Amino acid sequence: MSTALATAEKGSSLWADAWIKLSRNHLALFGLAVVLTLCLVSLLTPWIAPYGYEQQNLMLGASPPSAEHWLGTDVFGRDMLTRIMYGGRVSLLVGFIATAVALLIGVLWGAVAGFVGGRVDTVMMRMVDILYALPFMIFIVLLMVVFGRNIFLLFFAIGAVEWLTMARIVRGQVMSLRRQEFVEAAHSLGLSQWAIIRRHIIPNTLGPVIVYTTLTIPSVMLLEAFLSFLGLGIQPPQSSWGLLINYGVETMEEYPWLLIFPGIALSLTLFALNFLGDGLRDALDPRASKD
Amino acid sequence: MALLDVNGLKVYFHTRNGVVKAVDDVSLSVDAGKTLAIVGESGSGKSVLCYSLLDLLPKPPARIEGGVALFDGQDLLTCSKQQMRGYRGNDIAVIFQDPMTCLNPFLTIGEQLIEPLIYHRDARYGRQQARRRAIELLDEVGIAGAEARFDAYPHEFSGGMRQRVMIAMAMINEPRLLICDEPTTALDVTIQAQILRLIKNLQHTHNVAVIFISHDLGVVAGLADQILVMCAGKAMETGDAEQVFYRPESGYTKKLLAAIPEGAKSATGHARPEVPLLKIEHLKTWFGGHSAKDTIKAVDGVSFEIRQGEILGLVGESGSGKSTLGRSILRLAPVTAGQVSYAGTELTALSARQLVPWRRKMQMIFQDPYASLNPRMTVFETLAEPLLYHELADRRSVAQQVEKLMDEVGLARAYVRKYPHEFSGGQRQRIAIGRAIATKPQFIVADEPASALDVTIQAQILELILDLVDRHDLTMLFISHDLSVVRHISDRVMVMYQGKILEQNDTEPLWAEPKHSYTRQLLEAIPLADPRLERARIAAASQ
Amino acid sequence: MLRFAAGRLLQAIPVLLVVITATFLLVHSAPGGPFSAEKAVPAEVIKALEAQYQLDQPLWKQYVSYLGDIVNGNFGPSFKYPGRSVNELIAAGLPITAELGLYAMLIAVLIGISAGVFASLRPNTLQDYVPMSAAMLGICMPSFLLGPLLVLIFGIYLEWLPVSGWGDIPGDKILPSITLGAAYAAYIARLSRGQMLEVLSQDYIRTARAKGLPEPLIVVKHALRGGLIPVVAFLGPAFAGLLGGSFVVETIFQIPGLGRFYVQAAFNRDYTMILGMTIFFASLIILFNLLSDMLAIWLNPKLRHGSGAAKP
Repeated sequence: MSTALATAEKGSSLWADAWIKLSRNHLALFGLAVVLTLCLVSLLTPWIAPYGYEQQNLMLGASPPSAEHWLGTDVFGRDMLTRIMYGGRVSLLVGFIATAVALLIGVLWGAVAGFVGGRVDTVMMRMVDILYALPFMIFIVLLMVVFGRNIFLLFFAIGAVEWLTMARIVRGQVMSLRRQEFVEAAHSLGLSQWAIIRRHIIPNTLGPVIVYTTLTIPSVMLLEAFLSFLGLGIQPPQSSWGLLINYGVETMEEYPWLLIFPGIALSLTLFALNFLGDGLRDALDPRASKD
Repeated sequence: MALLDVNGLKVYFHTRNGVVKAVDDVSLSVDAGKTLAIVGESGSGKSVLCYSLLDLLPKPPARIEGGVALFDGQDLLTCSKQQMRGYRGNDIAVIFQDPMTCLNPFLTIGEQLIEPLIYHRDARYGRQQARRRAIELLDEVGIAGAEARFDAYPHEFSGGMRQRVMIAMAMINEPRLLICDEPTTALDVTIQAQILRLIKNLQHTHNVAVIFISHDLGVVAGLADQILVMCAGKAMETGDAEQVFYRPESGYTKKLLAAIPEGAKSATGHARPEVPLLKIEHLKTWFGGHSAKDTIKAVDGVSFEIRQGEILGLVGESGSGKSTLGRSILRLAPVTAGQVSYAGTELTALSARQLVPWRRKMQMIFQDPYASLNPRMTVFETLAEPLLYHELADRRSVAQQVEKLMDEVGLARAYVRKYPHEFSGGQRQRIAIGRAIATKPQFIVADEPASALDVTIQAQILELILDLVDRHDLTMLFISHDLSVVRHISDRVMVMYQGKILEQNDTEPLWAEPKHSYTRQLLEAIPLADPRLERARIAAASQ
Repeated sequence: MLRFAAGRLLQAIPVLLVVITATFLLVHSAPGGPFSAEKAVPAEVIKALEAQYQLDQPLWKQYVSYLGDIVNGNFGPSFKYPGRSVNELIAAGLPITAELGLYAMLIAVLIGISAGVFASLRPNTLQDYVPMSAAMLGICMPSFLLGPLLVLIFGIYLEWLPVSGWGDIPGDKILPSITLGAAYAAYIARLSRGQMLEVLSQDYIRTARAKGLPEPLIVVKHALRGGLIPVVAFLGPAFAGLLGGSFVVETIFQIPGLGRFYVQAAFNRDYTMILGMTIFFASLIILFNLLSDMLAIWLNPKLRHGSGAAKP
């Protein structure tokens, strides 16, 4: 380490600035806390759940919240808190994995289209435009009907829908970066394509990708819940919040807590993720950093 | 009594990081038919001052903390919203800087023109009358076929034409005070001359008071009766034009005047052998277009040489193809036809891989110091990248070399771990220059390297460039739209227009005897930062 | 403009063809035939049925004849309800779903735009926070949760409104329309707020202020047009979303519309029904996307006159 580097003032990177801005945003912090808690709880569910997932108490039947069963029990006397915890595992899993699928396809597609440009770009983006016009919701229903309700198919099907917007965002970002003078400067230094992509393009695309990923997770979870609610998504004995809501609706007149608690779990998670996403967008948006 | 009398105006911005005193205790006055110029660099508060008079600032964060602004005896700062609306566009009109963004793209220019006439409370006009009046005025500001153009949308006009529309819109209610906020900064120099002449004529025929905001002392010299010099929110100097130019009192004014690039490059002393380093032959760079009609011939068959050790100036207006030419030589833009040879090697025949060793020898400095640095890389990373990539340094010696580069471009070593957004525009340009000279190149293309900077910073950067060229025996292609800068820095000059080179000559002979009529037109349009000379020039040009 | 519309319509043909082919292959590659029901059915009966529905023909022949039928506007018979054709079911359900969709769309557009514009006029004040919090709630409260909750509150506890049906009892159209429209009202509110903020910070708005125009006029005449372009472009996708949402809403409120038919067909594995309705929905969605794109272009004079209408 040279003397100058040792005595140098520490610069603050855009990431550090973004973190400071995010930490000023209470809603986003709340969202982050909720998301982290949920992830932790989901990971530890088998150990911390108060009851077994299939543990029935037919004598008890449906009972409102009480000291033993904080969120009540369902018609089979199963503990709702436990069921919501297990359901959350599935909902979050679908959310994360399907988003990862969307991320992978979308980023690759968008980056290639944006970076190669020209005719390749035209063809690739034309395909995205066409796919956009397709009724994907209906296709997923169709897929689930034809091939049965399979959780891996669900990951794939939802991921295959959500990548389109990601591809557009990444492509737009790459296109605008490609015209930036610092990328031209890198060309004039003779850097290889790969070095330019790795050192100059990717770090600068990361912000929008992170933001959009955060916002994709809730929309994926919503889609899963939607399908499960219709009875076309997750299949018992597995459970998810959408399925729990579906059961809750059937008996909501007599046992409203069976609808309300899974509903709160889903809405709260969606809230948290959306707030976090909005907060990240504000924090990572270069235009917002001027003031 | 003056038409407008501002006393002790204070406008502060309350931001999260504290209070910014954008305008701090400034006073001014303007008489009917006279022009007050407000001069200052970016961030001096000159625009904020004028916007605060018409309540056009976003509040918050802006707040008026004190002062009075009497217009015709009425205080503009304390009047009701209703009264303010009565002044705006009626007694006081504004012409903004960028005609490309200041007209509503969704409405026809006619519709926008007649709005001030129709919507003011003392509306004297019906739609038909308003239309007739607007067409008259469009005619007066020099829009050909005003009748037909009335229903056109802004995107169907060029920048200069849009600014004429803006002027017509400002003049339509016969205001008594006209505020011009850098009305020609976004325009080419020949268009600028026309617009300035237009404003001046309208001022005379309608006896309007004008507040003219500008950073360009040359423009101000020809227009102003009074001048207010501002810096960092404070008034540095007020006085009539001749006094401020010829007998400036404040140190800041003197510094501003000294920073104006003037005269020709002082002869470098040592005679140069006329050895061509680069040879460009019949170079063409055409863009896009499936049909001949869509093809943009940015560079259309140019041939010239760049001699070893010289600074060759390349002048042209926006869209002339000068930037594309610079990029084509470095093969950053795709060459359609023709050859570029560097010291006898034909670059245009090399593949991207073969080109890499040559890239070391040829570098570029870009115009926009905000876009030319990767925002996620520290100064160290930016400067180390070329050194490591071309193996001019290894991991151990690189820190030392980066330090040396920083010394050379005048950056404090302590900044080495900072990111671009933590620097000012001038400092960023120093980083960018450091990157360009890191590989010890022989040839540099400098594309408007100082155009985005304030005049005092511009002077420093130009000095740095001249110094580096001298010290490292560089050859440079210096691209600029600013003829004074080019004259100041170049040994030879080429004039480019619509993709073609019209004329090239040594700098002084070109200025003394321009051969091409376009060159003459360009040279005649340059405003001079000297009131007497500038007025004489304008008088000569308008004859 | 006309050339653009014609171009897009032409482009829609191959897209539709892809949709038809994909759905057709998907449905026909389904494991288990449509008649592999729970009960054991004699082999002769299945054979007879297959012959009746041309399932004994090679796949490509079935495909060709199906394409021919579609061109003639005939989606074929239902597998599960002998004697009823897909066309009849669509004809029965469409008016109801269309009405529901119209109300929901009206709610979404009217409430969404006014809330968004209202919020954008004073950003970061109560006037902004209240409608935007409501919008966030709308986004995070999916229709299958909002619907039952509304039924619980207004139908069961308060007994103000009917809990199900469509056009049977006065007021029974209110809850389904709100349930379906709410989320889109929320999206549109956020979208129009964001765009209005962008537009209101443009230089040309400052110009309009400097001309002394009254503030309401500036908002309506100068800002709104630019502010609405993304909303208009969103209407196409919103329509597709509403169609999907109608599956849930019609199920919850027991409305005999297309959405409910579709879900039932999905459960019954009524393949011709699914096939026909998917193609019908796809054509509708493509058509609405086209309309909303054209509207967005028409709103923008630069695109309306220029030839560069291809790229959004």
